[in-house]
Amino acid sequence: MNSYAVRTDALGRRFSETDALRDLDLEVAPGTVLGLLGHNGAGKTTAVRILTTLLEPTAGRAEVAGHDVARAPAAVREQIAVAGQDASLDERLTGRENLMLLGRLQRLSKADAAARTEQLLERFGLADAAGRLLGTYSGGMRRRLDLAACLVVRRPVVFLDEPTTGLDPAARADMWGAIADLVTEGAALILTTQYLEEADRLADRIVVLSGGRTVAEGTPAELKRRVGERRVHITLDAFEEAARRLDAEVDPRARRVSVAAPNGPDDLRRILDALDDLDVEEASLAQPTLDEAFFALT
Amino acid sequence: MNTVLEIRLLAGRSLRHIPRIPEKLFGGLLMPIVFVLLFAYVFGSAIAVPGGGDYHDYLVSGIFAQSMIGTIPGISVGVASDIRSGLMDRLRALPIARASVIAGRTIAELVELCAGLVVVVICGLIVGWAPHGTILETLAAFALLIVTAFGVTWVGVWIGLMVRDPDGADGIALSIIFPLMFLSGIFVPVEGLPDGLRQVAEWNPLTALATACRELFGSPTGDVPDVWPLQHPVLASLAWAALLTAIFVPLSVRRYQRL
Repeated sequence: MNSYAVRTDALGRRFSETDALRDLDLEVAPGTVLGLLGHNGAGKTTAVRILTTLLEPTAGRAEVAGHDVARAPAAVREQIAVAGQDASLDERLTGRENLMLLGRLQRLSKADAAARTEQLLERFGLADAAGRLLGTYSGGMRRRLDLAACLVVRRPVVFLDEPTTGLDPAARADMWGAIADLVTEGAALILTTQYLEEADRLADRIVVLSGGRTVAEGTPAELKRRVGERRVHITLDAFEEAARRLDAEVDPRARRVSVAAPNGPDDLRRILDALDDLDVEEASLAQPTLDEAFFALT
Repeated sequence: MNTVLEIRLLAGRSLRHIPRIPEKLFGGLLMPIVFVLLFAYVFGSAIAVPGGGDYHDYLVSGIFAQSMIGTIPGISVGVASDIRSGLMDRLRALPIARASVIAGRTIAELVELCAGLVVVVICGLIVGWAPHGTILETLAAFALLIVTAFGVTWVGVWIGLMVRDPDGADGIALSIIFPLMFLSGIFVPVEGLPDGLRQVAEWNPLTALATACRELFGSPTGDVPDVWPLQHPVLASLAWAALLTAIFVPLSVRRYQRL
């Protein structure tokens, strides 16, 4: 059990008549990322709240860094860092004051907390804004400070609950870099997200939740494979004629037809031969995307 | 030792908010000044203290009691804001004593309240109020106010924890404190109130506290009604403070654990 940073066994939480989470089994090794994927209300945040000792489970058990979350919550809190869905810091303190406060609360000396604060502000590109109140920060800056707050004291298990929600693509890419660094340093990371691209990019394994239950689990590649075979996508003006000949799915707006290609390159060649007299603009052979996997699974 | 440091850090965090939140500054420090000026110079000329005595003396000693409950909206909004922003969850997931979070906030409120008392003292001295009792009685009055404030602060904590929405918490807190303030003997003697309302005012904890302050500061008390809390206002005020603490500390702690 101790070789896992996080392990759960039939973990569940019931609110009145509703199962917010049911029979969740997780195993997360140190230095890896688990993506918890699901729509709003799927149970992702409930799982994170239980694992971070903010909510008691009503069924099953969970261990974080070898400590039972229900029986030894104080020991669990010594091992974790958490960033919630919102940038959960004090709006009325400056960026620097927020990090200092968290450092001091986690028993860093004043000098160590100050040094660590300046180091993190620099690393996350917030040094110039360090003396401004958090309330004046942009969404991207708040998220970066939120992640920095998780790193004030290094913990072996880090929980990030939708860390890039609401960020523009550039800010999201910045965050992904910072998150990847965290894992390189050896932390186990549980990441909840609604962004499939994010899970695909960051997670070693993905658990797909729907209605509080696990509906699929595996590596991103495994989940994509599970949805089905490879497909050939052809873009051309005569897409209706191509669809008639191949009995294919059509996306008229993209002028694209898609056909199953269980034999991969052989199928691609056969299909191109069949459309030889039409002016094919683009042809590709692709695995299903994680988006397709997600929608097929939930 | 760690817990003491945690409480000190978290209290310091809340105190840093004071100059950064103008409405908090107004509620805690300026509102008592507004009431002193309003009642001393606008309504005061039409109010006579039964049994004689200076109305400014009567009023300012009552305003001390009023300033005790003026902090309820501030603390309930603060607690609700911390929950809404997710900061409360972040603090609860840290390896610190969970009680430190609420205790830090409560201590900060008491410090802020003491600053408010200083403001009322200065304002009172300017309008002609002065303590006429012994030094011991004067200190006892301030001690009584702080003990009461401790109990009252927990009411604010509980409202913030229950409502979890800053606007809602503010609305509920104000709807509690305004009737309590005006249906009491803080500003006017309760004898003039109609039946029904008079009995409510006589048993209002703020009337007992205002009367206790007047006794201890040596200010005019008016004709004190023949009801137990006003015949024994110091004891009654202590009892109210103990009751509030006994009810709202466990309720708040219980609620906090289940957030």
